[in-house]
Amino acid sequence: MDRFLFLTVDGLARGATFAAFALALVLIWRGARLVNFSQGAMAAATTYVAYSVTTASGSYWLGLVAAVVAGLVIGAGTERLLMRHVDASQPLNTVIVALGLVLVIQAVLGILYGSEYRPMDVPFSRTPLSIGDQPLLSPYDLFVLGTVVAVMAALGWAFTRTDLGLTMRAAAFAPDMARLLGVDVRRMLTLSWGVAGAVGALAALLIVPTELGAHPHATDLVFVYAFTAAVVGGLDSPVGAVVGGLGVGLVLSYVSGYSGSDISAVVILGVLVAVLLLKPSGLLGHTSARVV
Amino acid sequence: MTAPLLQVRGLTAGYGGAPVLHDVELDVPAGSIVAVVGANGAGKTSLLRALCGTIGVTAGSITWDGSELSGTRTEDLVRRGIAHVPEGRGVITELTVEENLRLGHVWRKDKADGRRATDEVYAMFEPLVRRRGSAGHQLSGGERQMLAIGRALVARPRLLLLDEPSLGLAPKVTAQIMALLRRRCDETGLTVLLVEQNVRSAMSIADHGVVLSLGRVVASDTAERIGADDDLRHAYLGF
Amino acid sequence: MLDRLSHHTLLRHLLLTLVAGAALVALTYGLSPYRSYQLATGAAYLCATAGLTLLVGLSGQLSLGHGALMAVGAYACALTSAELGDAGTTGPLLLLLPLAAAVVVTAAVGGVVGLAGARLHGPYLPELTLTLTIVVPSITTTFADRLGGDQGLSVLVEPAPAGLGATFPLERWQAWIACGAALLTMFLLANLVHSRFGREVRAVRDDEVAARLAGIDVARTKVLVFVVSAATAGLGGGLLAVLTQAVSPGGFSLAFSLFLLMAVVIGGIGRLAGAVWGALLLVVLPDLTTSLADRVGSSPALAERLDGNLSLLVFGVVLIVVTIAFPQGIQGLLSSAAARLPRPSRPGPSPSSPTRSSPSRPTSTSSESIDV
Repeated sequence: MDRFLFLTVDGLARGATFAAFALALVLIWRGARLVNFSQGAMAAATTYVAYSVTTASGSYWLGLVAAVVAGLVIGAGTERLLMRHVDASQPLNTVIVALGLVLVIQAVLGILYGSEYRPMDVPFSRTPLSIGDQPLLSPYDLFVLGTVVAVMAALGWAFTRTDLGLTMRAAAFAPDMARLLGVDVRRMLTLSWGVAGAVGALAALLIVPTELGAHPHATDLVFVYAFTAAVVGGLDSPVGAVVGGLGVGLVLSYVSGYSGSDISAVVILGVLVAVLLLKPSGLLGHTSARVV
Repeated sequence: MTAPLLQVRGLTAGYGGAPVLHDVELDVPAGSIVAVVGANGAGKTSLLRALCGTIGVTAGSITWDGSELSGTRTEDLVRRGIAHVPEGRGVITELTVEENLRLGHVWRKDKADGRRATDEVYAMFEPLVRRRGSAGHQLSGGERQMLAIGRALVARPRLLLLDEPSLGLAPKVTAQIMALLRRRCDETGLTVLLVEQNVRSAMSIADHGVVLSLGRVVASDTAERIGADDDLRHAYLGF
Repeated sequence: MLDRLSHHTLLRHLLLTLVAGAALVALTYGLSPYRSYQLATGAAYLCATAGLTLLVGLSGQLSLGHGALMAVGAYACALTSAELGDAGTTGPLLLLLPLAAAVVVTAAVGGVVGLAGARLHGPYLPELTLTLTIVVPSITTTFADRLGGDQGLSVLVEPAPAGLGATFPLERWQAWIACGAALLTMFLLANLVHSRFGREVRAVRDDEVAARLAGIDVARTKVLVFVVSAATAGLGGGLLAVLTQAVSPGGFSLAFSLFLLMAVVIGGIGRLAGAVWGALLLVVLPDLTTSLADRVGSSPALAERLDGNLSLLVFGVVLIVVTIAFPQGIQGLLSSAAARLPRPSRPGPSPSSPTRSSPSRPTSTSSESIDV
């Protein structure tokens, strides 16, 4: 039972970062109806930005800010310079271009930094605090959970309460109508990519230091898990992304905690297949019922 | 007599090179309601789309308030004073009534007037008041139409383009909405270009009527005379 | 009439295959062992790229997991050859049975993935197949005692048959095996494209509802294409295992799957002839970039970083540029260039060339929306 509690808390902390990453995918999906397959590679690039800035300045926090800004710039730049020019009448095209970008980013990172892992520090201890005899979660886990909750709350507030958030949602839900209402839909799309890039950068920076460190492929698995989370929750649904992310985190934590072996990926594949076969629109997704 | 607010001359437009509008001439004087009627496929919706630049204009001119309109980006139309309520109303069903209305004036600098305009819309379409927090997909057809027109009005446009407001509505609801719209025009000097299949309801509030058939203007007269012309009705409107 | 035409297509493909086979055999006598080996590798890639281009172009299903499917074939081949070796099998069976196992096992895996994917639209099939690429290495480490973990397995391969002479280079024999398999694959796929089934697949791609109304079993059609495509990938993987005489998870990374996709895109999606260009590039480009890296890299450390990564970079850039600027690929450019050349006038339309490869899809249909 004690172990169960520990694994649960641990799974939630990891799941929180998957949730944030999945949310980044959902943001772009809602705006552009495409899955940004380069989200992982973009985030890998931003962890190197954090690594470089932190190494040069000695400050974790400067590195974090730099990574988030870099994510914003890379995301918005990708939409503005690349995706906008892809013939989107063929959905395959956008996927292929995103995959090409994955190769480019990983190659550039490999050329600049080499292929060895660059260990990264975290600002808080990773030793679990105990309540009584029960080890629960570490100060770093608390930081991760707190950051993700704060980001989710901020995004939720921005999307529902601010004019900019309202226009972004309108542009995503009904681009043609939004245009008639004076919304610059393209600019909103660029902005969605930027926000998604920033959120992805933050999520990657929270999780990469807890593993082996910065690496061109450090976020490959995170991307797959987050994508699974987004699909499980429903690609349309930000709330679904959060639920899916936490769910994937829990499943991974229990599987590796109880089986002690490296079959997490297989289990994730199983979850994915099950959801796709039973409820392809995701647990919280909906096929948008537009009125004609 | 002053120049009309909107003046269309020799307009030919269509989808991907195949014209559906031929040499259309149209005047919309400021403060008036002009109704364009015609059977299915006559080119009514295409006419509005051509004005908004969403379909290609191959020839002719569209003069808006003394300057050329074609070439304006769709998203800038509302800033030039033209609001479009498209076919099917275009209520964003995922957003609430309140949010849809906020979206209508979100581009305006004058926030205070935006809120005033919103209050006016609630006063004009009272059923919307108790639906403030409802999502668009929960509304009835009539409520959607009110919301769509209301959302266009909060932008304080000079010209309202209205596409088939009666579609799918009970005659009573249509009549109610039309009457409210007529009053609004009389009170504020709003100009309306209305496209309708329902000739009777359109001519009941319009000042001027235009009949389209197969993309060409076949008649243009006062609403009264268009509405009373039985030959015209039989020939082009099919009843 | 139709029967005769399809009969002709079959004959033409057969003739083309035989000519290509003869030309390849002749070619191998002029190649160094290293070049022969490269040719063999290219032929192995061709099996996979041909199947993938069929899947993507003909049926519109995008797989990011064909590298993983090749891994399945490679492991199936390695395990079978080990079993046969233990049982004392020698001769042609030691080559043919493992390759057959590679095809069958991978086709079965493809069937499962295809079943899950048949109902899916949009990004879900790419996601599912992407997950496959991370599952394969994880399985090899989980069952390390059976699959050899990161080290992988070695594959039992016999030298060239004694009948060919004692000095017959192994590489030439390998090239023969791989080219033979690739030609067989191309022959079968080319006929498949022109068959009734091929037309049904295209119908499903263009409009599932219309296809269903026309009496086509949409799900079955999609699954079958996936199975065929997986089988060819399995054959390619099995061939790679035979060529390198080893198999390990590192050789079938996500990047490898993306390389296969790039080969298909560059060749021209849905064009079998384009798959040849793609396979060729997969062999030639890394070679070119490696020598380029050696020349550019001033220090050994830099050269090491450039090596590999430079080809990744080139592949990525090419993928993006081709998709944005030349979506029809090399084969499409060649076809349209050939179409522009003045031709000797022939009576009537030629039955062959126009249908050869036509992945043209309906472009934006907005122009057909009707004014209400």
